[in-house]
Amino acid sequence: MSRRYDPYVLVVVMLLAWQGLAMLVGPDGLASPRVTAQTLAGMFGTETFWHNLAATGEAFCLAVVISLSGGLLLGLFIGLNKFVTDLLDPILNVLYAVPKITLYPVVLLVCGLGMSAKVTFGVLHGFFPVTLLTISGVRSIRPVHLKTARALRLSTLQTMRRIVLPAALPEIFTGCRLGIALALLGTLVGEFFSSDRGIGYALTQYVSRNDVPSITALTVLLFTIASLGGLGLLALDRRLHHHSKTGDVS
Amino acid sequence: MKHIALFRLLLVAGAILVLEALCRTNIISNFTMIPPSAMVLAAWQQLSQGDALSELGYTMTNAVCAIIISVIGGFAAGTVLHALPRVRHAVTPLLASWYAIPTFVFYPLLVVLFGLNRGPMIALGALFGIVAMVVSTLDGLDRISRAVVKTGLVLRMHPLQTALLIKLPAAAPHLFTGVKLAVAYSLIGVIAAEFILATAGIGRGISLAFNDLDNNTMYGLLLLLVAVVVLINVVIRFCESKLYARWGLK
Repeated sequence: MSRRYDPYVLVVVMLLAWQGLAMLVGPDGLASPRVTAQTLAGMFGTETFWHNLAATGEAFCLAVVISLSGGLLLGLFIGLNKFVTDLLDPILNVLYAVPKITLYPVVLLVCGLGMSAKVTFGVLHGFFPVTLLTISGVRSIRPVHLKTARALRLSTLQTMRRIVLPAALPEIFTGCRLGIALALLGTLVGEFFSSDRGIGYALTQYVSRNDVPSITALTVLLFTIASLGGLGLLALDRRLHHHSKTGDVS
Repeated sequence: MKHIALFRLLLVAGAILVLEALCRTNIISNFTMIPPSAMVLAAWQQLSQGDALSELGYTMTNAVCAIIISVIGGFAAGTVLHALPRVRHAVTPLLASWYAIPTFVFYPLLVVLFGLNRGPMIALGALFGIVAMVVSTLDGLDRISRAVVKTGLVLRMHPLQTALLIKLPAAAPHLFTGVKLAVAYSLIGVIAAEFILATAGIGRGISLAFNDLDNNTMYGLLLLLVAVVVLINVVIRFCESKLYARWGLK
């Protein structure tokens, strides 16, 4: 059998395991694939679902844009200076490991309910990996490259564009991949606590009503979106890392 | 190096002082945040009078269980996956996008599986921590150089001896990184589960205080929790740098 079919085999195995688990725990814990597909199809027909999806999408996009641009700028600023890196990198690492969810009361008190709280939550989750990996990418640029830039009297902007960004791109992209994934998680958690619409809000509604088929349907939908997105970004990530490796050899 | 640590300490102290000043002068209202000094006082009160210690104990017991499951389970799963490259190839995208999936939506399923006790909390923590350990184990096993394994063959070592005396030490740095991540993520998982769904633990304490608008209790407990998590992470990072120095790595 060809390796090409492996992912499809995995999907089939997962569906079978899901069916088995659903039969094991019964309809109170997990809806079967068939029921879930029906529920999902029903949801696609309602207007509320699309409103919720649009609300989550909007918050998620804002969170991603802020996380990536903020993380990239701060990461470049910190990474280009060894002293600043040594000073701030440990602090950022510790902040990254703090469970952001503990901060939800603070976020709610500062932002109030609604859009800004969701986006803040997404940014809190997505911002740190981008910053940390940008720093580590910039720090691992070979000094001779930066010396060349100085020898050629490139301006700061030119150095950034021609030397720093291309050299650090693979790690920066890995950071962005993690940041995007965590921003999605953060946005959903934010909606869980502080929203009146969005997929996360819909989930809380279903959880409080213990509507298992709808919970399963939304979970599977999120799971599929996250996996497909992750797959695409991972493929790009691999290509970038591959390029940079062959680039070093030549 | 000493200077850097001193600067960092001054920076953190300065930030706290600025926050204190902002809160004292009511630029940040006490509705939003109480001054850091008041937080410390509240934390102390919670420790000496409230039942914060027993709640923290409950949370930390769950976290320790989740950490043990993630580390052992992640190591075992990583070893098995490493031996089965085709399965590994197929599940890679799943591992890569795992952290974008809001794991806590599996709660109804976990309650049916484990009952309404600490089981679901531990399971959520373990689900969050285990993937980091799997990925690090795979990384570590990938990087064992063929030469050392061949040395084992030349010395006619038993496969078990090869595993214990050669492969394990060779993969150790990556395994330790995995343990570090598993600890951080399991803690995040357990605490997040408490915030969203719990019946006990310090997370619930904070949620209740937030709902009661009792900022004193809330910020006291919050400070305790964040302090414990930061302390655990700092200790692990310290051990990591000591171990790496001993192994002659960075």
